[in-house]
Amino acid sequence: MPREIQILNGSALWARNLSAIARRLQEIFKATVSIVRASFDMRAAHDASRGQTNSTLLLAQILDGADDPEKKRIGIVDVDLFIPILTFVFGEAQLGGIAAIVTTHRLSNQYYGLARNDVLMLERLEKELAHEIGHTFGLYHCHQFECVMRASTYVEEIDLKRVYPCPACAAILSTEC
Amino acid sequence: MNNRTSILIVDDEKIVRESLTKWFREDGFHVGSAEDAAAAIRQLQAERWDIILLDIKMPGMDGMELQQRIKEIDPLATIIFITAHASVDTAVQALKSGAFDYVTKPVDPDYLSHLIRNAIKQRALMQENIKLKEQIAEFPKLDEIIGESPAMQQVFEMIETVAKTDTTVMIRGESGSGKELIARAIHSNSERRYFPIVTINCGAMPEGVLESELFGHERGAFTGAQYRRKGRLELADQGTLFLDEIGNVGMKTQVDLLRVLETKQFTRVGGNEVIKVDFRIICATNKDLEKAVQENTFREDLYYRLNVFTIFVPPVRERKSDIPLLVDYFVKKYAHAMAKPIASISAEAMDVLVRHNWPGNVRELENAIERAMVVGKPPAIVPEDLPFRLSEKNNMPHTGSLAAVEKVHIAQILEQNNWNISRSAEILEIDRVTLYNKIHKYGLRKP
Repeated sequence: MPREIQILNGSALWARNLSAIARRLQEIFKATVSIVRASFDMRAAHDASRGQTNSTLLLAQILDGADDPEKKRIGIVDVDLFIPILTFVFGEAQLGGIAAIVTTHRLSNQYYGLARNDVLMLERLEKELAHEIGHTFGLYHCHQFECVMRASTYVEEIDLKRVYPCPACAAILSTEC
Repeated sequence: MNNRTSILIVDDEKIVRESLTKWFREDGFHVGSAEDAAAAIRQLQAERWDIILLDIKMPGMDGMELQQRIKEIDPLATIIFITAHASVDTAVQALKSGAFDYVTKPVDPDYLSHLIRNAIKQRALMQENIKLKEQIAEFPKLDEIIGESPAMQQVFEMIETVAKTDTTVMIRGESGSGKELIARAIHSNSERRYFPIVTINCGAMPEGVLESELFGHERGAFTGAQYRRKGRLELADQGTLFLDEIGNVGMKTQVDLLRVLETKQFTRVGGNEVIKVDFRIICATNKDLEKAVQENTFREDLYYRLNVFTIFVPPVRERKSDIPLLVDYFVKKYAHAMAKPIASISAEAMDVLVRHNWPGNVRELENAIERAMVVGKPPAIVPEDLPFRLSEKNNMPHTGSLAAVEKVHIAQILEQNNWNISRSAEILEIDRVTLYNKIHKYGLRKP
């Protein structure tokens, strides 16, 4: 059965910004990738005391709308995401599940007081999408320096890795159906 | 993948447990969670957890109290406290109670990631340390000292008694009787065994050199002292200092040694810095120290300082029943080292060895077996393989002058030691000059 990935775009990015990314994900995961516009209930997931959005609650919203249990669904938002124990997350996924979410919030240079660089931001987004989708296919964090599945806890680490999985992770991916 | 490391999360907040569980699972850890102390204890009893993340404030038994219980179940568990409100007090309390670290909610993902990595590294080091200590504890301590004779049994008992204390030990015995082995056995059975045993052969070096060896020296302390050098006393800190041939130490070094033994501090040669050390002293001698004290060549105060607990090592001739054991041990040792299939010794050869008086003691016996193993052929050592004709010893003139006996004896010792003058002189307990004089006097020639 062919793999399917649906990108739920809840960010300010245009579909044309994401089309190149979709092709790349198609190449990596050997899957049909589609992009749909989505709106999330941000108020329900917002935590006023932290001024951030609870990514797990957004993940639940993605799961709620899932009509096909085989189709991977990954949301893109612009808000600052967190999980309760951590100060922030770049994204969150169900390990071996179907849903994932990524934010552009901390991927842009402006967040760090640097000059805007849309190309770099999209590269980072591409890597984070590949990383979180990788988790939904059951991939764990990888110690290979350039592997997309390497854990990134700050943005420079995202820049260091490639968008592709290392041979070991790729081999696991090829056996996952 | 870190799938061998297990992490248990103990927190009453479900959301915290879930989010941490998810986060660690992505790293490949084996993760478990517990909502309170009772559940945590059940999990700890069911399986072993490497790292435990523990919420300080929980209803019922709090994190601090639970930590004590965890340490009772698994003293090696690495505990990291999670606290909602960081304060110096809680941090100090957590670390004082033996926690690895603490984190404040919410925690920076990079910090948590580093913390877990460090905890894993520290745990690996701790386990490695335990393993190494176990290996050291398994080192043969008394096995290398061979003997079942009553005299040796008494020595073993004395080693075991004194090893556990920090008492200064003096080992008396003839040359080659195994005094250094006994010193090492005492050290490796003592509390100081994880620190070095530093040996210094006091008889092997001139007084000036011995002083520098013992105390070290500063740069420029004397001609040729280009660098600062630590002395043996410093190297032995926390461990044991073994002073071999203590009877050969000159008067000046005796004074210096006495001062160090009394104050446990000294200065390097040419230096002013006072260095404090903590070591145990074991010394050995084959000299008659009491006579040396009477003759004023050995200080009486140093003698009493060193002669606290004395172990007399019997010479081989006084424990002939141990010779077969010693021979068997050395045959096996050299068969293994030389990869030679000689596993035994003939009854005739053993008889020759038992009848010999072994003035050079175990060292001489080991040397004899080593040489027999070189020339011997499998399956066993025969009398012809022995490096000297021990039976000739019995042909020593029983009548006639003392000089005639001395001549034969010196010739035998020289032959046994392949005309090694230093070794022969040591066995004969005379200095090299005297030995040369006697060789000349009796007209002995190297074959």
